[in-house]
Amino acid sequence: MNRRDSLKALGLGTLSVAAFLESCKPNGEKLAEDTTLKPSGDEVGRLPNEIERDKKLMAAKFFDDHEMATITVLADIIIPKDERSGSASDAGVPAFIQFIVNDMPEHQTPMRGGLRWLDLQCLNRYGKSFVDVSSQQQIEMVTEIAYPKKAKPGMQPGVSFFNLMRNLTATGFYTSKIGIQDIGYMGNTVAKWTGVPADVLKQYGMENV
Amino acid sequence: MNDVQIKKSATPYDAIVVGSGAGGGMAGYVLANAGLKVLMLEAGPFFDPKKDSMQLRWPYESPRRGASTNTRNFGDFDGAFGGWELDGEPYTTKDKTEFYWFRSRMLGGRTNHWGRISLRMGPDDFKGHHIDGLTDDWPISYDDVKPFYDKVDRMIGIYGTVENLPNEPDGIYLPPPKPRLNELFIMKGAAKAGVKVIPGRGSVLTEALPNNKERGACFFCGQCSRSCKVYGDFSSSSALVIPAIKTGNLKVIPNAMVREVLTDKNGQATGVSYISKDDMQEYQVSAKIVVLGASAGETARLLLNSKSAAHPGGLANSSGVVGKYIHDSTGSSAGGWLPQLMDRKRYNEDGVGSIHIYGPWMNGNKKLPFPRGYHIEFGGGMGMPEYGFGWGIEDMNGSVPGRDGKPKDAGGFGASLKDDYRRFYGVGFGMAGRGTAIARADNYCEIDPTVVDKFGIPVLRFHYKWSDYEIQQAKHMQDTFQSIMHEMGAVYGPPEGKETNYGLEAPGRIIHEVGTVRMGDDPKTSALNKYCQAHDCNNLFVVDASPFVQQGDKNATWTILALSMRTAEYILSQRKKLNV
Repeated sequence: MNRRDSLKALGLGTLSVAAFLESCKPNGEKLAEDTTLKPSGDEVGRLPNEIERDKKLMAAKFFDDHEMATITVLADIIIPKDERSGSASDAGVPAFIQFIVNDMPEHQTPMRGGLRWLDLQCLNRYGKSFVDVSSQQQIEMVTEIAYPKKAKPGMQPGVSFFNLMRNLTATGFYTSKIGIQDIGYMGNTVAKWTGVPADVLKQYGMENV
Repeated sequence: MNDVQIKKSATPYDAIVVGSGAGGGMAGYVLANAGLKVLMLEAGPFFDPKKDSMQLRWPYESPRRGASTNTRNFGDFDGAFGGWELDGEPYTTKDKTEFYWFRSRMLGGRTNHWGRISLRMGPDDFKGHHIDGLTDDWPISYDDVKPFYDKVDRMIGIYGTVENLPNEPDGIYLPPPKPRLNELFIMKGAAKAGVKVIPGRGSVLTEALPNNKERGACFFCGQCSRSCKVYGDFSSSSALVIPAIKTGNLKVIPNAMVREVLTDKNGQATGVSYISKDDMQEYQVSAKIVVLGASAGETARLLLNSKSAAHPGGLANSSGVVGKYIHDSTGSSAGGWLPQLMDRKRYNEDGVGSIHIYGPWMNGNKKLPFPRGYHIEFGGGMGMPEYGFGWGIEDMNGSVPGRDGKPKDAGGFGASLKDDYRRFYGVGFGMAGRGTAIARADNYCEIDPTVVDKFGIPVLRFHYKWSDYEIQQAKHMQDTFQSIMHEMGAVYGPPEGKETNYGLEAPGRIIHEVGTVRMGDDPKTSALNKYCQAHDCNNLFVVDASPFVQQGDKNATWTILALSMRTAEYILSQRKKLNV
């Protein structure tokens, strides 16, 4: 099989290769994307029990509206919009977290309990729940729990929660179209690997390894 | 269901092959190409990577972003229908020992998702007894198998380099993929640590395979584990079974769970019985020869479940060895990251989906507290983000200064954290040891007398314990990893210690289980002769990893392929002589 036949086998005529390569690239135009979760690609390669399971999981709602609002604010504090890319919520991170706690129930209690812990902290400090306090107060609160080594005694439950929230947010963001473009991943496409580029070899003094 | 009927097929086949993985696939391919009418039974659905692979899907095409599930233990796009647990098909363990059994139910079996690391066993792996007095020798030597390794190399395709190393035989190679940047750091560090590292050896077509128009060359997406739509790597489905079907001589019945090998009153195999998962009906098919390639576990199970007056202890088991001597490779791993690689330039570094570099065992049999040895598999680079990406930044970003050169607090949020994810992308690497575990009679699988699967077939029960040899080997791996990582200038954690058996994976976890129906010259201590023909039943053959007497540190697949080809050619020669 030659290269052209290979591309054909991938469902690509020779004429459509350029279009295919283009479609493999993350969309650079818009910062927001469709945040509706889709089934695992199309259903090709999926077993019937997997299709069934994913439909159920996608329909399930673990977090209520208040929890989702809190998750959205936190996610955007963790990964805000900047000059290179959109925010966590632009990339659909809250919906990803809603799904993943249904898929991985071990995250449910740490997330639910952590959100409640956060609200209680805010009630005691500011008389309101986290989403209702000012942005400045939100940042003040988050700062208390975002630096594991600096956190004061008593803040440990918040630190654990925020570590999980940070990790879920980063994973959700950088596996989205926006995030993949942001991080600069350039693979998942038809290519020819010929080794580390010469300028990079030189940069690290690896020309002769 | 109150009237179970058994449907008997009128067509007698020349051969029935049970299983479609590396062993079954190769046997079916050779026999069908020689003109035999072959029936292949596979316990799972038909699978053609060209149509069914999830190659080139993006992480966001999975709602869990490629994370594993209980139906995809190696990630949501992985090319295995199966896993550590199968619904309605349990296995058990005995005496509080541990064993994990990965099964793929699909055409091609586990070869659709395997790591494609393709290694020949060496002369000392076949005949190791003289070195340390441990383990029985194989009844065959490297020289007996070499011509078949050569043929497999040419027929299926493998990359690598000729190195002329002891007990690490070279093959006939396509060019290997160049190392990724992280791997160059590993090579440099390993050289300083005195650990030999050579280009990888894998069954991926880095160039078009000469004289093969069916398979495409690799296009370097690094996703072999999803199975390849252009057949650019070795899967039994794409490289053996589907081409064999095209001869017109091989018929595959998918979703056929074989229950028993049938024998006549003289003890000769006459065919097999199976249950169809499609209609839940019972079937019997007959053939002149039965070839088992169901996997080391399933083949032993099938033989032990095939009891008759002629074979009261199970088929091919007058020696009582069936199930005994099961052994999996040892495994222990480590990883870290390279601060030197922060803020690295972006380019496509996917490469191939097998190893780019490989650390063969070069310590011979020096005075170490364990026999034999292990090899090391390495990796790292700017991979595709998937579930888990960015996880644990709070353990990394406090250990290096920020862009302004000032110390940074670990963790954080906001623009500065977002910048850190970019800075740290592609700095990680990993290494994993895979070593020889000694085959021992007291590690075994047997029929659990009290448990059946949903088809009513008695299930396997495992009894497996690591000995101090394997534990000491894992300790040596950990020490070696530490010295390599130190020389690399990497950031890494402490070695795994005694409390985890030095990171030694539980038996079965490396998915290299072999040895349950071992070969040998003496029918009292082995089930198969040196051609993998049953001592007790001369029209029964085994072509998976069951016949292995003692696995070296080398991954089993290339040896399964070579032995299966050798057995299939033996069957052809015996048919000419009218012996079977």
